[in-house]
Amino acid sequence: MEAKRLAIIAAHGSMDAAYPPLILATAAAAMDMEVAIFFTFFGLEILKKGKADKLQVAPIANPAMPQPVPGISVPNIIGVLPGMTAVATGMMNGWMSKANVAKLSELLEMAVEMNVRLIACQMTMDVMGIKKDELIDSIEIGGAATFLEYASKDAISLSF
Amino acid sequence: MSEKFDQELDCSGLACPMPILKTKKAVDGLNSGEVLKMTATDPGSLPDVQAWTAKTGHELVSHAQDGDKFIFYIKKK
Repeated sequence: MEAKRLAIIAAHGSMDAAYPPLILATAAAAMDMEVAIFFTFFGLEILKKGKADKLQVAPIANPAMPQPVPGISVPNIIGVLPGMTAVATGMMNGWMSKANVAKLSELLEMAVEMNVRLIACQMTMDVMGIKKDELIDSIEIGGAATFLEYASKDAISLSF
Repeated sequence: MSEKFDQELDCSGLACPMPILKTKKAVDGLNSGEVLKMTATDPGSLPDVQAWTAKTGHELVSHAQDGDKFIFYIKKK
């Protein structure tokens, strides 16, 4: 039997963590699947108004981060220096735009346009003091049961 | 290779998943049996268009490569 739904959990708020859920959600919607993304903990950052294109990449504890200059190894501990997160984010943004990858805000708009359900986790909104009006319109607020009820019906489920 | 087509879509320069998203939008606007010619430069577009047509039921009538361009003819189901 073919799955007709994609149920995604987005729990992280760094730029590199925000791409996979939005790419897979929009691609699945284009494949005529129903899609929901449950945004919880730092994943809620993706839904904050005006925030999607400002998410950052953490250079520290990220040994897979490509080196700024090929062949010259920069120790990962350099990432603790002030300003290194901005440097890593700037570098990554440069690579992404050179490769013509869509911005996160564009993917989010596409997701809304393609009727992807964007579910913000009520409990973590309370924990982190996030108000509904800080988040983009066209989201809904729900809890674990909201997501599980959706995912329990012929869904592929992915967590990021 | 030339095929007849009813609409043309240029996705040159776009990266995954945009060619598929734009193709979906364009095919939605066609009538059943009409053909979309889509051009992409993303090498991943070949397996992706094949997978997309397999999943959605639209027909990949033919595809070809011309230099760095991938050309697809997709018939709406």
